[in-house]
Amino acid sequence: MKDNAYTAGIIPGRLSPEDYAENFSDLHPRLDDHEALVAADRCYFCHDAPCITACPTDIDIPLFIRQIATGTPEAAARTILSQNIMGGMCARVCPTETLCEEVCVREVAEGKPVLIGQLQRYATDTLMDAGVHPFTRAASTGKRIAVVGAGPAGLSCAHRLAMHGHDVTLFDARAKPGGLNEYGIASYKTVDDFAQREVEWLLQIGGITLETDKTLGLDVSLESLQSGFDAVFLGIGLGGVNALGLDGDDMDGLHDAVDFIANLRQTSDVATLPIGRDVVVIGGGMTAVDAAVQAKLLGALNVTLVYRRGRDRMNASVFEQDLAASKGVRIITNATPRAVIGNGAVREIEFEYTDDDLAPTGQTFRLAADQVFRAIGQSLTGGSLPALDGRKIAVSSAGRTSISGIWAGGDCAAGGDDLTVTAVAEGRDAAMDIHATLTGAT
Amino acid sequence: MADLTSTFIGIKSPNPFWLASAPPTDKEYNVRRAFDAGWGGVVWKTLGEAGPPVVNVNGPRYGAIYGADRRLLGLNNIELITDRPLEVNLEEMTRVKRDYPDHALIASLMVPMNEDAWREILRRVEDTGCDGVELNFGCPHGMSERGMGSAMGQVPDYVGQVAHWCKKHSDLPVIVKLTPNITDIRLPARAAKEGGADAVSLINTINSITSVDLDLFAPEPTIDGKGAHGGYCGPAVKPIALNMVAEIARDPETAGLPISGIGGVTTWRDAAEFMTLGAGNVQVCTAAMTYGFKVVEEMISGLSQWMDEKGMTSTSEIVGRAVPNTVNWQDLNLNYVTKAVIDQDACIQCGRCYAACEDTSHQAISMSETRVFEVIDAECVACNLCVNVCPVEDCITMEQMAAGSVDPRTGKVVEKEYANWTTHPNNPGSCAAE
Ligand SMILES: Cc1cc2nc3c(=O)[nH]c(=O)nc-3n(C[C@H](O)[C@H](O)[C@H](O)COP(=O)(O)OP(=O)(O)OC[C@H]3O[C@@H](n4cnc5c(N)ncnc54)[C@H](O)[C@@H]3O)c2cc1C
Ligand SMILES: Cc1cc2nc3c(=O)[nH]c(=O)nc-3n(C[C@H](O)[C@H](O)[C@H](O)COP(=O)(O)O)c2cc1C
Ligand code: SF4
Ligand code: SF4
Ligand code: SF4
Repeated sequence: MKDNAYTAGIIPGRLSPEDYAENFSDLHPRLDDHEALVAADRCYFCHDAPCITACPTDIDIPLFIRQIATGTPEAAARTILSQNIMGGMCARVCPTETLCEEVCVREVAEGKPVLIGQLQRYATDTLMDAGVHPFTRAASTGKRIAVVGAGPAGLSCAHRLAMHGHDVTLFDARAKPGGLNEYGIASYKTVDDFAQREVEWLLQIGGITLETDKTLGLDVSLESLQSGFDAVFLGIGLGGVNALGLDGDDMDGLHDAVDFIANLRQTSDVATLPIGRDVVVIGGGMTAVDAAVQAKLLGALNVTLVYRRGRDRMNASVFEQDLAASKGVRIITNATPRAVIGNGAVREIEFEYTDDDLAPTGQTFRLAADQVFRAIGQSLTGGSLPALDGRKIAVSSAGRTSISGIWAGGDCAAGGDDLTVTAVAEGRDAAMDIHATLTGAT
Repeated sequence: MADLTSTFIGIKSPNPFWLASAPPTDKEYNVRRAFDAGWGGVVWKTLGEAGPPVVNVNGPRYGAIYGADRRLLGLNNIELITDRPLEVNLEEMTRVKRDYPDHALIASLMVPMNEDAWREILRRVEDTGCDGVELNFGCPHGMSERGMGSAMGQVPDYVGQVAHWCKKHSDLPVIVKLTPNITDIRLPARAAKEGGADAVSLINTINSITSVDLDLFAPEPTIDGKGAHGGYCGPAVKPIALNMVAEIARDPETAGLPISGIGGVTTWRDAAEFMTLGAGNVQVCTAAMTYGFKVVEEMISGLSQWMDEKGMTSTSEIVGRAVPNTVNWQDLNLNYVTKAVIDQDACIQCGRCYAACEDTSHQAISMSETRVFEVIDAECVACNLCVNVCPVEDCITMEQMAAGSVDPRTGKVVEKEYANWTTHPNNPGSCAAE
């Protein structure tokens, strides 16, 4: 018989081709014209709108929604992209339920926010599908800037610098640009190779030279960048992953969730991806939820997400938690892994229940597991870096680091939440500060 | 349940909801279905003279204005009177009236400005057994270019003259349908009354261009690159129609003249409003064209529920109830002082009241750091704009200041007595008693 969800072990091809296609299709397909008009009509065009304040990139939401409502989605896209050059990706991945839509007055009043994210996608897709890049580059300033990391922070910074006429060299350790847009975000949020399409579209501004497979600390040094360029921006994200710190952490069947996801994102045929029957994910953030959901979508029979604190402390939003639950992921909270049990390959994981202060309760339980994903946080890597604040690069306003001439932003910089949109905002703001510093403009 | 039966100028119908002369009443098939659906009466689509009928355009006839979610707010048409032969219409009317004796059936007529033409059409129409005639002096497009419709309706003398001919040559009740495309609606209404008409009906459609095609640079609906103005109707025209009905109802010269209210009636509430301003019944066109005949069920249930709540047993009790309260501006009480009050529990902090008042009114709403919006009584002139723009119903209300209290805006004590502009000291023509 063909393999299915009940087959033991880590195997590919648990589902029918139709099920794979359905499971990995667009989570929120683009609104059609009529849906967009209906959704746009719900916006009250609030004065000094709370949704704008809640957007890390300060997009003028009432204005762009009104532009959609009046039949000019292209103008709406310009409004969005002038604040957030990755407005297309943000429209797909922003946890709007904890950002703009959370404070939308209609959410507050009726529990039904204006669909800001989906409207943003409608507008940006319209413009991008038309192949239009709405910005032009200023006359060259002759200044050269090194941007390290081609994730949302680096791309946003590079674009803004290029727009102001600076020449940017954009380094990335990976083979493809995009950062976690390309290697991390859940596949059903960004289908049809959108991450690469967006980068290509963004680079149309000109003045940006992309250098992939160039790792800071290996292929290039910070010193050489400092001497070879007028300014440096670090947007290197968090390259490392935290370990469980248990015996047996190296057994077969244990993986880092980010690797699993990156692999998934780079696979052209998800049916070829092996997945366990009994999958356990350890962690409580977006990575944990995405790993758990995608394990389920690949056909795992039992997927359990175990988080050491209470639900309210989970970094994954309520929407993400509900999404996981709706896909059949079981969520266990207040439990910490204590032992990996198996013989060469993992068979079970033992957990102990903990109270809200993480104090052990003495009560333990075991979960059958042929595959375990660690998603307990990422850490900074990259060799000698500017001074740290905790585990991230210390920055003052607009991303200035301890070293003059070096800026940082996105996940690698301290402060701010680890979101795509925050990375975009920080990259943009650092670019403006670099521009001001180099040209004396304010 | 309240009794909705209606008697309008002696014509009985099961309810006061009639279909106005228009496509819904254009033929036997429609009218039978309308009566079956519950409509109390119909004014048949306007008939013209015998002979070859008029022709309509073969391109689009309608243009529209929309609100949210493509809700149709205004409709514009360039349709003419019936384009079917007179004989066919008359036969159908005869059959329908025979089968629906308790429903009102009115013939709408439009022929040129000569007595013979009117006498001839009346003679033929009488044989159908219809309950009355309505003289279409309203159609503002096409027919008016041929000297009929609103071209006649805009000349009060013609209106009176034709009404007179009709009364002279027929025993049928005569309703004169007025055009709103005139500066003072009272003049044709007076003329109709003087001519002997039993009632007026209004409004017919308003001259309009609903929109311009910005690629073709031509008005819509566009026929081969050109557009002509049409007649506007639907919810958007209701305020205009209500005022015109009220003008006639409170004009001493026409007071008591029965009125059939038309123009944007879409719900039972609209109908009730027309009736309170003096209409004996209402006629509906666009609402039926938008939603189909079934809408009358809501009109019937809504009106009877409201009448029950008000303790009214007959529709005649509604008629004219608001007319005594419809006055001229100069009769309004200037000692009635109100202030806007925001219900903080209902407020959703959208800030629209603030933007409206701050940018375009009297800077009488404050906004705090935490988005609390409050009315500054010392600035509020009680214009009501904030109430109108607030998306939450009843969130902002206008509260009357008690007599004896001091209005912080003017520093004056609120007087108890009624006082209007005619006696106001600032009025150069005031005749205040010293
Ligand atoms: C699984 C997962 C799911 C997520 N889902 C969401 C979501 O749904 N919504 C959301 O808003 N956020 C989500 N996030 C968070 C979001 O992806 C990040 O906050 C965002 O990508 C940070 O952008 P960045 O540019 O700072 O870093 P990254 O996107 O990590 O990009 C850093 C780039 O730097 C490169 N780099 C690293 N080190 C070096 C070096 N030494 N030399 C050269 N290049 C280097 C990397 O290759 C990478 O391309 C998710 C994160 C993960 C891990
Ligand atoms: C397509 C169309 C054709 C009309 N034809 C006539 C007509 O032949 N005779 C007439 O008296 N009024 C005609 N009217 C006007 C309607 O009877 C009515 O007065 C007007 O539409 C206002 O009412 P409403 O807002 O309910 O539609 C027509 C209206 C429309 C929309
Ligand atoms: S808060 Fe909501 S309703 Fe107000 S402007 Fe923003 S999206 Fe529109
Ligand atoms: S009633 Fe007019 S003046 Fe008073 S607060 Fe409202 S908008 Fe301002
Ligand atoms: S318009 Fe209404 S809901 Fe909006 S802030 Fe003002 S009072 Fe509140």
